[in-house]
Amino acid sequence: MRFRDHVVVGDILELATRYRDEGADELVFYDITASPDGRSVDRSWVSRVARILDIPFCVAGGIRSVADAEEVLGEGAEKISINSPALADPELISRLSARFGVQCVVVGIDSQTLDGDYFVYQFTGDPTRTRNTARRTLDWVREVQERGAGEIVLNCMASDGVRAGYDLAQLQAVRRLCHVPLIASGGAGAPEHFERVFTEAQVDGALAASVFHSGAIAIPTLKTYLRQHSIEIRP
Amino acid sequence: MNSGLAIIDSGGANIASLQMAVERLGVPADLTTDPERLRRASHVILPGVGAAADCMGRLQQAGLVDTIRELRQPLLGICVGMQLLFESSEEGDVPCLGLLPGRVRRLPQRDGLPVPHMGWNQLEFDRPSPLLNDIAAGDYVYFVHSYAAPLSEHTLATTTYGDAFTAVVRRGNVHGAQFHPERSARVGAQLLRNFLQL
Repeated sequence: MRFRDHVVVGDILELATRYRDEGADELVFYDITASPDGRSVDRSWVSRVARILDIPFCVAGGIRSVADAEEVLGEGAEKISINSPALADPELISRLSARFGVQCVVVGIDSQTLDGDYFVYQFTGDPTRTRNTARRTLDWVREVQERGAGEIVLNCMASDGVRAGYDLAQLQAVRRLCHVPLIASGGAGAPEHFERVFTEAQVDGALAASVFHSGAIAIPTLKTYLRQHSIEIRP
Repeated sequence: MNSGLAIIDSGGANIASLQMAVERLGVPADLTTDPERLRRASHVILPGVGAAADCMGRLQQAGLVDTIRELRQPLLGICVGMQLLFESSEEGDVPCLGLLPGRVRRLPQRDGLPVPHMGWNQLEFDRPSPLLNDIAAGDYVYFVHSYAAPLSEHTLATTTYGDAFTAVVRRGNVHGAQFHPERSARVGAQLLRNFLQL
């Protein structure tokens, strides 16, 4: 679930229940305004979500320290996802994975194509502060794995919100050097986009927000479609 | 006198979600490191997340190693908690509880399969058992692990990720699940329910 520009997408618990019942395999809760504002997520909702969810979920946004992560995991989340704070302090990835194990530590990467290469962007939650970090995405993918990332969510910014399909070329490039689970993000608009990202970029998961929130794609229908196209997925 | 379910407070990150999962089944759980409360419990769950050596260290620190070895009521190890039931683990090259024969080894990194094995995968089995009541071969459950237990005569169900490994195991009162029943939707809840009915 992605909350952008202060759009509240219904009640969190109601949505979590709906996606649980529709067969979502995992939920990611983003507060992408948390990093630019220098504030953290209000975490009172995490344990309320944990009580009703019987599938894994990940909390992203505003986790800057081992103490922040400890709080979120203690409330019942499986994983924490870090993005801007990891760019500011790459050592944070190592500290988190040493304390909680690599399986808890997801690194989110916002990436954009520029002059034929891919670059990592920071503070993407606030369009006025979003900036190119001048880090090459492929270098950063290598580094975060060495530091103990247990999963990478690659959000291809140019595709995000456009619903024209995932950025297959970029995901393929990242897949070649990503030895931990890779989750594709940004661009899902139709069932065939999911099918293609699994078969052509060999990702381990496909993340989508707006097509599910709007009801443009229903999860049960999508899963049936993927199974008909020989993608192994939980019914 | 029996005092219901006890969850060993092994310090891992998944304890809260496990406690919530049994609460969803209407079962109150006592989270404890007190040997006496473990001995009195009707059922004991040993959860575990993180490195095997750290988890064993915490059990030793709490003085629980012999207590767990001597339990006679149904015991269920989950994830690293299950791995600790075996003789030893390659992770940190640590001796474990030795309630099940064999050594836990790192998942092979080949065929382009990412490690950790993180996600939904299928249970395979052909013999019924009380722990797998109302669970079908081919059902999906949620895994998060980099190490796995070998197959043995005590294996109840396997899962394949590169190689087949033990996903569910039982020897006498000692049970284990490599996956996370607390995050495995209906199938996970069913396994917990089955365990609590033993």
